[in-house]
Amino acid sequence: MSLLIFADNHNGHFPKHARELISYGRRMAEDLNTQTIVLVTGALSDEELLLPGKYGAHRVLVADDPRFEVLDHKLYTALIEQVVSEKGVTHLLFSYSPAGKALAPLAAARLQAGYVSAVTGLPENYDPFTVRKMIFSGKVFASVEISTEKKVITLAPNAWKEEILGEAVEPEKVSFAGLPQPVTDRLSLERHEGRIMLTDADIVISGGRGMQNAENFRLLEELAGLLGGAVACTRPVSDEGWRPPEEHAGQTGKIIAPDLYFAFGISGAIQHLAGVSGSKVIAAVNKDPDAPIFEAADYGIVGDALEVLPRLIEEVKKRKAARNR
Amino acid sequence: MEIVILLSVVPDTTVRVRLTEEGLPELSQVPLVINPWDELALTRALELKEDPASGVEKVTVLHAGPATHDAVLRKALAMGAGEAVRIDRDPQDAWEAATLLAEYLKEHAYDLVLAGVESSDYNGAATGLLTAGLADIPSVAAVSYVEVKEGEILFTRDLEGGREQVRMDAPVLAVVQKGIAREPRMPSMRGIMMARRMPITVVTPAQSKPLTRTVRFEMPPPKPPCKMVPADEPEKILDLLEQEAKVIRF
Repeated sequence: MSLLIFADNHNGHFPKHARELISYGRRMAEDLNTQTIVLVTGALSDEELLLPGKYGAHRVLVADDPRFEVLDHKLYTALIEQVVSEKGVTHLLFSYSPAGKALAPLAAARLQAGYVSAVTGLPENYDPFTVRKMIFSGKVFASVEISTEKKVITLAPNAWKEEILGEAVEPEKVSFAGLPQPVTDRLSLERHEGRIMLTDADIVISGGRGMQNAENFRLLEELAGLLGGAVACTRPVSDEGWRPPEEHAGQTGKIIAPDLYFAFGISGAIQHLAGVSGSKVIAAVNKDPDAPIFEAADYGIVGDALEVLPRLIEEVKKRKAARNR
Repeated sequence: MEIVILLSVVPDTTVRVRLTEEGLPELSQVPLVINPWDELALTRALELKEDPASGVEKVTVLHAGPATHDAVLRKALAMGAGEAVRIDRDPQDAWEAATLLAEYLKEHAYDLVLAGVESSDYNGAATGLLTAGLADIPSVAAVSYVEVKEGEILFTRDLEGGREQVRMDAPVLAVVQKGIAREPRMPSMRGIMMARRMPITVVTPAQSKPLTRTVRFEMPPPKPPCKMVPADEPEKILDLLEQEAKVIRF
C-alpha cells in the first residue's frame, strides 16, 4: 500500500493547489499508516524540488524530459500506471486542475479503480473508503463510497491548507524508456503572464453588470492591486467583451474558492454562485436589497458599486499609508 | 467524418434541490433536460456539419439511460442530430455509464467523440475520460474550441494560466467546456416535426456495474444572515473584513 500524489508543474513551479494536495495527501497517509510519493513531470529547479518534502512527501519522483512539456494523455497515463505498479500504489490523488481533472479519470480507467472528483476533505471513513463532495453545483453534500481496492480522487480547490509537515527529500529520477510516443501535436501556446492566477488568488475582486461598462473595471483593478488580489467577472460581463473570458467565475467558467470574494454589482445568479460558493468569506455591494447575492454573502452593502468603490479605494490607501508610517 | 456526442440527461439545473424524508434528492417533479455542456457540444458538432469544408457528414447522440429519457433525446434530434442511440440501462455511477458507452464505441465507427466536462447534477466530471480510457481512444480535455479542416481536427484547450492549440488524428475523444459554442441551438419547428417521426435506436446494454455509491446526501448548514453595512459608511466593511473575518490586511 502507498499513496501517490500527482503534483502539477506550472512553468517550473508548484502551484498553490499542488502544495495543498501534498499536505492533504500526507495527512491521509498518516491515517492509513503509509508513505506519500509525489510524482512530478518536466523541469523544476533544485530549490523548487525541495518543496514537496517540506509539504509532506516521503519520496519525490521526477520525470524530467522535454516530451512531458505537452500534456499528452496516453504518455502521462502510462507514466502514472508504471509508477503505480512499481510502487504498489493504492491511493491516487490529483488536483482539481486542468491536468488533474484529465489524468485522474484516465488513470482510474486503466487501473479499474473507483473515482470521485472534487472531494472536500479527508475521508469520512477509510473502510469502506468514503469521501464527501458537493453536488448540484454546491447545493447538496454527497458522501460517496469507493468499493475497489485502488482509489482515485481529485481534491476540490482550497479544500485544504498547505502545511509544513516534513523535511526536504532528495528527488529520484523515474525511467520513462518504455512509455508510448505522444499523439498530441502542439501548434501554438499562449500564456497569460504577469497576473495573479484567478484560481490561485486569496482575494478576488469581482464585477458584474452593475459595473455598467468595461472602463469602470479600472476601479476593481485598482482595489485588487491594493489588496493583492485578482479580478474576476460574471458571465454577462465576459460575453459582452468587457473582460477576457478567462476571468469569468461561475459554473461554466472558473470554479474559485478564495479567502475573500468581493462582489461588486453582481446580482448572484445561481450559475455564478455555483462557481464561487466555496469562498471562505463573501462580501457584496449591490443596489438591489433583494439580490440573491446577499443570501450567499457574509457582509453586504446595499448601494451603487460605482459610488462605494472610490470610497473603499481611498480608505484602503489611507490605511496602508498609516501602517507604513 | 462522423461525430458522436456522449449525452447525459439531467434534471433542470436551475431549480432548488430538496431532500426527501428518506434523505434522497427530491427530483420527481423536476423536468429533465440535455446536460448543458453536452448541449453546447452538440451545437458545435451541428455547426461543423453545416460547414461543407469540415467534411463532417453525420452527428449521432449516444446516451445510456431508461426509456423515460426518450423525450430528451428527441430534442437532440430536433436540434439536428442525425441519429439518437440509447443504451437501455440506467447507470448508477460514471463508471457504469462509461462502461456502457465504451462498449458501444468499440463496435461502431466514428472519428470524433465530444463529451461535456461534467453533468450539472452530480458534477462527477468523470464519464467522458473514463469512456476514453475504457475504449482506449486517444483523448484531449479542457477543450474550449474545436475546428475540423480537411480531415484535420484542431483543438483549443485551456491550461492553467494560458491556452494552446493542438492537433490530433482521428479517432479522438474530446472533453469540452465553456467556449465550445456560444449559445445552445434552439430546435426549429421543422426540426421538431421531423424529430417526431425519427426512430430512436435502442441498444441492449453490455455487462456493467458501478464502482462507487452515494451513501448519504446532506444539505449544507444554513448560513448566518448577511451583516449589512450602511451605504453612507462603506468603509466599515473594511473593518469587518480585517478584524472579524481576518481576510484582508493593509
